[in-house]
Amino acid sequence: MNPIRISLLNLPLSRCLVRIAIFSIFFGLLSVISISAQQSADTANAVPDSQLVEFALSPPFEVSAKDTPNDGGGSITVIWQRSADDLPNGIVTEYRVMRSNADQPEVFAEVGDVAAGETKPTYRYHDGNASDDEQYYYKVAAVTISGDDAETTQEVVAESDVTGPVSSSAQWFDWRRINAFVGVLLLCGFIMFYINRAKAGKKIFIRKIAGLDAVDEAVGRATEMGKKIFYIPGTQDMDNVQTIAGVTILGRVAEKAAQYDTWLEVPVSRSLVMVTAKEVVKEAYAKAGRPDAFHEDQVHYLTDDQFGYAAGIDGMVVREKPATIFYMGAFYAESLILAETGNSIGAIQIAGTGMPSQLPFFVAACDYTLIGEELFAASAYLSREPKLIGSLKGQDVGKGLILAAILLGILLETFNVWNFSSLFSVIN
Amino acid sequence: MLVAGIILVLTVIAYLAKVVGGFEGVQFSPTVSVIVVILLAASLLWILVLTLKGRLIGRRVVFLYVGIAVSLPLFMSISQKIVISPETQQLYDAISELPSGAKVLVSFDYDPPSAPELQPMAEAFLYYCFTHDFKVIVIGLWPQGPQQANLAIDKLLALPEIEAKNLQYGIDYVNLGYQAGNEFVIQRMGGSFESMFPTDYSGHPYSDLELVRNIRNFSNIDYSFNLSAGYPGTQEWVQVAVDRYGLSMGGGNTAVQAPMMYTYLQAGQLAGLLGGMNGAAEFEKLVGREDKGTRFMLSQSFAHMVVIAFILIGNVAFIVGGRKKKL
Amino acid sequence: MRREIPLAITGIVGVVFVVQYFIPHFPFSRMNDWFSDWFSIVQACAIWLGALNLLKISAQKIAARKSDWIYSIVIVACFFLIVIIGFIEGESFRGQGTAFSWLYDYVYTPLSATMFAILAFFVASASYRAFRARNFEATLLLGAAFFVMLGRVPVGDMLTAFLPDGYRLSALASWVMNFPQAAGQRAIMIGIALGIVSTSLRIILGIERSHLGGE
Repeated sequence: MNPIRISLLNLPLSRCLVRIAIFSIFFGLLSVISISAQQSADTANAVPDSQLVEFALSPPFEVSAKDTPNDGGGSITVIWQRSADDLPNGIVTEYRVMRSNADQPEVFAEVGDVAAGETKPTYRYHDGNASDDEQYYYKVAAVTISGDDAETTQEVVAESDVTGPVSSSAQWFDWRRINAFVGVLLLCGFIMFYINRAKAGKKIFIRKIAGLDAVDEAVGRATEMGKKIFYIPGTQDMDNVQTIAGVTILGRVAEKAAQYDTWLEVPVSRSLVMVTAKEVVKEAYAKAGRPDAFHEDQVHYLTDDQFGYAAGIDGMVVREKPATIFYMGAFYAESLILAETGNSIGAIQIAGTGMPSQLPFFVAACDYTLIGEELFAASAYLSREPKLIGSLKGQDVGKGLILAAILLGILLETFNVWNFSSLFSVIN
Repeated sequence: MLVAGIILVLTVIAYLAKVVGGFEGVQFSPTVSVIVVILLAASLLWILVLTLKGRLIGRRVVFLYVGIAVSLPLFMSISQKIVISPETQQLYDAISELPSGAKVLVSFDYDPPSAPELQPMAEAFLYYCFTHDFKVIVIGLWPQGPQQANLAIDKLLALPEIEAKNLQYGIDYVNLGYQAGNEFVIQRMGGSFESMFPTDYSGHPYSDLELVRNIRNFSNIDYSFNLSAGYPGTQEWVQVAVDRYGLSMGGGNTAVQAPMMYTYLQAGQLAGLLGGMNGAAEFEKLVGREDKGTRFMLSQSFAHMVVIAFILIGNVAFIVGGRKKKL
Repeated sequence: MRREIPLAITGIVGVVFVVQYFIPHFPFSRMNDWFSDWFSIVQACAIWLGALNLLKISAQKIAARKSDWIYSIVIVACFFLIVIIGFIEGESFRGQGTAFSWLYDYVYTPLSATMFAILAFFVASASYRAFRARNFEATLLLGAAFFVMLGRVPVGDMLTAFLPDGYRLSALASWVMNFPQAAGQRAIMIGIALGIVSTSLRIILGIERSHLGGE
């Protein structure tokens, strides 16, 4: 057990020693009084800051250090039980975590601090500055700081035992995520299984999606009216799966537009989306046997700015009055600004998004809306390609599993049989 | 229509008078305010009567009334009682448990267009942090976020009660600035803050800032608050920082986004939520500093009432139209 | 090769992103960072493609005097104004009192705010049109909208002040938001998440190639 060390700021060392000697007689008694006093909620406030020096501070205890599990190395977790003086309204201000390495075990340096006053008795600190090939020793100090300025500041420190040696290391598997791993394997397994079944020629039923059935009608209407079709693939970049889904559907729409010889215009808000969409439209025109009908300017960039883009599209919609507008991808607050403007000119509008908060707006302002997963199913639905439809079936089985888990969880937790939801937690 | 037109013209004149100067105190007396409200209600009733007679109004009339409902209350002296919702109370309770000196990370993920809703939240939250001696670390995943943070901090530092605390940049609060990369930034902050923010907003090296020098990653943060207007925002913070790194977090969202966040709130992934202007006004009341959020709530109340009135009128039109078809 | 290389990149990066979630050890711990850095670099370079495309289309419109060509002049002028001012002011272009920050504060900010504010008008007109008691479900929606809109503002509680605390409109609105609304959101979110997994798997495995311009 290390002796308790007391340092007094702004006081010469000799005076400190004298004071310590005088008050040491009372230390044991006063510490007992202070602990019992703090157990009642308001008594601690009655101790004036200026008298903090007059009693001992209990150090934190049961300090231990271990390699932080399930990480990439470089981190050691220090755990300790709170000081006896760290109770509600207690006098401990903070804990200082100090570290020494194996070369100089006596030379400790502060690596971090943790604010005191937590309701839980156990504190932990992750020292993320460790090196995997070094060994370290740790100790934790409870600290009380009083006074308002440099002149009157007093600091009382009570250090714990030293713990160690300990070193950090990297792990090859994050066991906290084993549940997610099993989930991924199951879901991907089902999807792969049904893709293979579909490839083998097994017929798979897919329900009707009104919004996608209306694509032909919407393109046909634009042709009849001799007006343009606008296709808006969302406002996010290619790293968003919704944008990829939107661009995928664009290919199918472009093919139809090429067949009907209707002008399709794709104003985009991201450069990478422009490049990809251009390629997709070009290929679709070639596939429809109309490569000559494709123009580079059909797909063009407006701006990355959310509302600048919305203003640009609104202007084009009002001026050019397209017969049909598609909104397929990720949208935010601009969704209603776009869809209401389209509605005001009487365009037939088909929307699809995976943004739950924007769905109500599209439902209110558009003729058809693909809700969430329907957007991702659209490519399979429009192409009728067995492999793609097979993946939808696998996805549905995954949904069935989730539904079963929800029902089971409701039963188990409602009747307090077992904490089922803990199976789905990824945090330790 | 005529009444609505007159009210709109009056509003524009009152606003111009306020902006041009000399009329800073333009404010309707309670009596005038009530008269204006009665006029507004009467004109809406008239529209209802017209609708019953089969004369449907166009969308421009709806726009006109929304404009009036949003702008007129800015000049009215009507007070209303703000009721605290459970989600706002939850946020307040979460930060009330934090000890003095707690390290709080505030991410400003919005830009000027959504500032009317989110800036009052930001100010109220930072006000609580500063008055309770929390250490505040500001970042932004939207380019304009840190600028919004500075606007809020500068405003608060000028308040007498905050000024008296003599808060020091780098010790009591820091602004680490913007970093591109969306949720990847959050993910990499889980490993090291410094790798994502090697310098602060003004270019000071991370290691020179006393407040953050010993902050390695989320494990050293006691609470986090995210102000979000879209992507990246609260959803990404929950999915990465909360679910993967166990960060304790509250959210402030625009009213459009807030409904989606209720799912995270109930699952315990969010410790509190402020939704739209309403959330801002409630939080202002809780922290004891009623400002813009509270003032603008009157506009919100009026706008809601007008929209409800038009939904009713729309249904009357629908029923009348239906009857005609049947006939 | 035009398709095979992008497909290989997609497959490798996709698998690495999945694997690194479960393996914290080097090099997997860093791969996510490397790939996201590369994405940021490609994205940043691609901004020029967009900007040049915008200028090209606008210049063509002006040269050919196509309809509404006057707007194209505004685009080109504003583009160069911002870029030139940004370059002239150098590194400190975002600082206080610069011409760039003036343009940002007094042109860009109000214009963006105006566009966002239009939402209030459109929400009203869309509600006026959409919330009709057409059938039972639509009537339920209408009722929920009515009570939530009233309950989310202080007026709701003023109108129901005669009821005991906890039974007023704000409590009802809170209940609707926390239970029926959140349940619906969850169902949609779970469906979307599964859709994302399925689509991502199709893309990673190269089954879905439409976004690369082919089947």
